[in-house]
Amino acid sequence: MYASLTRIPGDMFADFEALQRQVEQLLGTRGWPSSIRAASRGAFPAINMGVTPETVEIYAFAPGIDAAKLEVSVDRGVLTISGERANDLPRDSEKVSVYADERFGGSFRRAIGLPEDADASRIDAKYRDGILRITVPKRENAKPRRIEVKD
Amino acid sequence: MDMTQPSNNRETTAAESPAMIPAVDVLENENGITVRADLPGVSRESLHIRVDGETLTVEGQVNLGEVKDLEPVYAEIRTAQYKRSFVLSRDLDTSKIDAKMKNGVLTLTVPKLEQARPRRIPVRAE
Repeated sequence: MYASLTRIPGDMFADFEALQRQVEQLLGTRGWPSSIRAASRGAFPAINMGVTPETVEIYAFAPGIDAAKLEVSVDRGVLTISGERANDLPRDSEKVSVYADERFGGSFRRAIGLPEDADASRIDAKYRDGILRITVPKRENAKPRRIEVKD
Repeated sequence: MDMTQPSNNRETTAAESPAMIPAVDVLENENGITVRADLPGVSRESLHIRVDGETLTVEGQVNLGEVKDLEPVYAEIRTAQYKRSFVLSRDLDTSKIDAKMKNGVLTLTVPKLEQARPRRIPVRAE
């Protein structure tokens, strides 16, 4: 009822927020049912997940990391990806001017719930071109199969 | 199928969908400008860097590898294309741009023109 009191006309940030909401509405990305572990935009690393009849495929967009420093673990059906990315911007240097510092630096941790039919005991993880690809096979009895009809 | 395309919009081609803007770090020292860009999934072969006049454009195609019958269930990255442009200045030598790609991070160095490097101006006594 009193929301208008907090909306000072000409408040630039409120305008941006409204614009962002409109854009999301237009793109249709707002209001979709989302995972409880979904992070807001800009979280590092971004994650995509897909399923095939045989496997669950997870892609973590984590560029610029030493593969040995990536940690993948799974506990009770929740897959966790963690690690650290060095912020390689030179600091405290008089002769360097930094104009943009958008890239993520520091430690990160993200979790994603695996589908119920995923077999967490056999996980394969590969790192290539800055993408960590995790393949989790589905349980044997969850794979689609043809049932023969006898006469 | 392409994992980066939203499932309800499969007809949209990569050319039509707006490209993602990669995160960058830009720094300058006395030798030139260094740009670092996060381009996960872009290989050296699918990266295109061009200079048109004073505009430097970086473009890359995300390749997640072929997977048969893949159905997306959750996607934060919905576009397979990265694109970002920068306007350079005249003190930079666009003919000597160096580009390196490692683990999905592009490092571009644009050196300054010889005559644009800082130098001390001697002051003569009258």
